[in-house]
Amino acid sequence: MALDLSPEERAIAGGHRGGGAAIAMRIVAESGRLLGAPRLIPIASAHIDGALYHGDSGTLFAERLVEGGAKAAVRSTLNVGALDLMGCSKVRLEGVPREMARRMTEAYRKLGCEQSWTCAPYQAGHRPAQGSDVAWGESNAVVFCNSVLGARTNRYGDFLDIACAIAGRAPDYGLHRPENRRATLVFDVSALPASFLAGETAWPILGSLYGREAGNAVGVVTGVAHHPGEDALKAFGAAAASSGAVGLFHIAGVTPEAPDAATALAGSEPDAVIHVTAQMAAAARAALSTAVKTDAIDAVAIGSPHLSLAEFDALERLIGGRRLSVPFYACTGRHVLTVLEQDGRRSALEKSGVTIVADTCVVVTPILPTLAGGVLMTNSGKFAHYAPGNTGYSVLYGSLGDCVESAVLGRPVFSEIAA
Amino acid sequence: MNTQAEILVPGQGGEGEALVLDAPISFWGGVDAGTGRIADVRHPQCGQDIAGRVLFLPGTIGSSSASAVLLELVHNGHAPAALVLHEPDAILLLGLIVAREMGWQTPIALRLARESFGAFQGRTVQVDDSGGLAAA
Repeated sequence: MALDLSPEERAIAGGHRGGGAAIAMRIVAESGRLLGAPRLIPIASAHIDGALYHGDSGTLFAERLVEGGAKAAVRSTLNVGALDLMGCSKVRLEGVPREMARRMTEAYRKLGCEQSWTCAPYQAGHRPAQGSDVAWGESNAVVFCNSVLGARTNRYGDFLDIACAIAGRAPDYGLHRPENRRATLVFDVSALPASFLAGETAWPILGSLYGREAGNAVGVVTGVAHHPGEDALKAFGAAAASSGAVGLFHIAGVTPEAPDAATALAGSEPDAVIHVTAQMAAAARAALSTAVKTDAIDAVAIGSPHLSLAEFDALERLIGGRRLSVPFYACTGRHVLTVLEQDGRRSALEKSGVTIVADTCVVVTPILPTLAGGVLMTNSGKFAHYAPGNTGYSVLYGSLGDCVESAVLGRPVFSEIAA
Repeated sequence: MNTQAEILVPGQGGEGEALVLDAPISFWGGVDAGTGRIADVRHPQCGQDIAGRVLFLPGTIGSSSASAVLLELVHNGHAPAALVLHEPDAILLLGLIVAREMGWQTPIALRLARESFGAFQGRTVQVDDSGGLAAA
């Protein structure tokens, strides 16, 4: 099936609205052609992952769009970059890479993107309406947008995200189409103890297991009695999108497109039913840790996805004014930092030994000290997945409470309720 | 041996030693964007160079930054001489689409059934810009 462009889309691709808009429209159309999309559809907003510096070519591309007079046609928030623009933490990026990363930041600002610099835009006021089509990048943002907000997006990769934002269009394909949002898999957690499901660690652990089991399929989680809260869904989706190519999940009775399992399945029989056992959850929990040496930790990192204000409240309660004995990185966005600064909370946290990392995070840019054989403790399923490859540290997974106690003592302590 | 393949993304033909990957690869995290060397320690061909080779891809694992790595390789001169894919991967090929928009010289990307990849292994392959492959 050939991609059919409207006369207006063809005119934009031909340069009617300037060279930058033409590049963007041609990229969207060419991607649509490769995907087999019949047409382009209008989008309501975009979230841009492409402003993270991977090399000079990405900066040159963004600058080419700026030179061509391009502007985002829809609301566009920015995901994390490679720099802590708020100056809270020290990023060890020097010379040409630092300058090119700075130029990239500037180019995306000129394209009209909001300086949100967060991987949790949905907690920074960017919440598209249920059923609306959007073009979002960053795997956790995509899965939250689809699953928790009920807006419709595919997993938009680098360059296509900003191209869609400028064109105001996306290929009509994949999760934009209602028939592809139906669950084909049931992930039943009803056999797990209620005490486990009520705890914070259940969600990253189950998310990690779900991602491995579901791959790129859409599934519905059953057996969840109460809404676990937005931060729990954030942790579940981020872990699932790290271990699998998950773009959308449903939780029966919790997420907007799944008032019950039958609705999520659209009346059809599932292709597979996974009955999650306590043993499976325990194995998934163990798989989140890679550290062999477990008598000491070298650092703690939390905040992937970026911490919410509620998560900072919990962190402050757990620290309780004590002094931490190992470096403790808390990654967040400026939407939270601004609030923390208003009433002296940032300086109190820093006095306890917390390094706040804003606008970026410890697995996408060099912040952690280089340390052969270093052990990083985290409560984030996503950090647990990416830290070994991206930082060289091995990881120990634990709850937020265990992360704080371990940071106070400098050695790992676990007090978790078993699955 | 001569074969005609479907063009996925037009570009420059070229000549190079065939590199037929035994397993799918994620370009982000799997290929060094600075050198074109396969860096994924779990990949059977870790340590091989994709720069200048005619690269046969049985499949890709989709990191959404694969396009950024391929664009960077085109920009720094470490891209494959040509890419041959079993099926189109819109995220990876976006790197070539963007490179073309930048006016950079980009390798051609072709589609060919993976069953016919094996015949090219270890041979020098010439790819012309209309999608013809010839193995010496």
